[in-house]
Amino acid sequence: MAAGATAPTANEYISHHLVNLSVGDGFWRVHLDTLIMSGLIGVVVFGLMWLAGRRAKLVPGKFQAFVEIVVEMIDTQVRDTFHAKSELVTPLAITVFVWVFCMNAIDLIPVDFIPWIAEHVFHQQHWKAVPTTDPNATFAMSLTVFALIFVFNFRFKGVGGFLHEVLAAPFGIWLAPVNLALRIVEEFAKPISLALRLFGNMFAGEVLFILIALLAGAWVWSSPVASGVSMLAHVILSLGWGIFHILIITLQAFIFMMLTIVYLSMASESH
Amino acid sequence: MNINATLFGQVIWFALFIWFVMKVVWPYFQRIIAERQKTIADGLAAAERGRQELESAGQRAQDSLAEARSRAAEVIALAEKRAAEIVEEAKNAAKAEGERLIAGAKAEVEQQATRAKEQLREHVAALAVAGAGKILRREVDAKAHAELLAQLKQEL
Repeated sequence: MAAGATAPTANEYISHHLVNLSVGDGFWRVHLDTLIMSGLIGVVVFGLMWLAGRRAKLVPGKFQAFVEIVVEMIDTQVRDTFHAKSELVTPLAITVFVWVFCMNAIDLIPVDFIPWIAEHVFHQQHWKAVPTTDPNATFAMSLTVFALIFVFNFRFKGVGGFLHEVLAAPFGIWLAPVNLALRIVEEFAKPISLALRLFGNMFAGEVLFILIALLAGAWVWSSPVASGVSMLAHVILSLGWGIFHILIITLQAFIFMMLTIVYLSMASESH
Repeated sequence: MNINATLFGQVIWFALFIWFVMKVVWPYFQRIIAERQKTIADGLAAAERGRQELESAGQRAQDSLAEARSRAAEVIALAEKRAAEIVEEAKNAAKAEGERLIAGAKAEVEQQATRAKEQLREHVAALAVAGAGKILRREVDAKAHAELLAQLKQEL
């Protein structure tokens, strides 16, 4: 944040950080920063995985071993949870975990760092660096999973089997309307909870980072002693919250991945 | 919270990355992990085979050692027996030789004795003739009495 005569107020600072760089209007607005950041992160990280895989040797190097540990951890989770036969679930789980983790991890870069580059190199006023703080990104994933749940339901149970399950479970065919209502709530709760959980955690984390960053800027309008204390508090708090956030980043990526596997597993097995 | 068309872009990114991981990245790791599992399994099997071979080789070594020991014992026994035989043969040969020598010596002695007797006989005959001549005080014609002398000699 710029120090000087035109320093923004706390309110301006916070809202400045929470506005996306976008084009278009109404529903057809497109958040360029979300699209570019998530795409860039995906291209880089999956590109690196591709490199590691392409040069894979029987005796792995350090980088290959690291990627293999991650991939095998996810594969183990899929094998433990998802028992039907599918070529899609493991790659899907790998994509979800790695992509979400890396997008979340952008949160650990100081809040003003990437927006500063956007402002001074690309001359853009707004730049939300963490794609998972944009509900569009989280809902895009959860709705894709939602669609896959139906694909799996139809594929493993057949249309008749699925319809019967929707109408007959859990109270039997005589309470079909109740079953259907429950099922609708259950199915729609999945993508909404999946997306909102990730978005909420990351958005709250980001807001806290912004608030902590405000402490560092407090010297603009405070006495020297107070600004020193404020700066110290900023350092300690951002360190503490950053360390804690490593857990949240990993946990949220893991939860998103696990729930994706569990939902698809439920879709592939009869109740 | 503002949901808008960004959603579609994000779905496209997501689908693209899933496709990439499924078609390109994951197969590499599946292959290398399967390959490594096979290598490890083969290595363990080879180690097990090696261990068994070592065991059987030890067994074989033990067997041939035992066989060699028994063969050696046999050879030693045979050699001892042969040595005893040789000693026995040598003893017998020595005894026979000794006896032969003794017999030879005895024959020699007998021969000598016979020869001495012969000579003695001749001397006695001569002495007898001389004595008879002296007794008769006359020359005895040796030639005329040769027959007589020979007869005398025979009687002696």
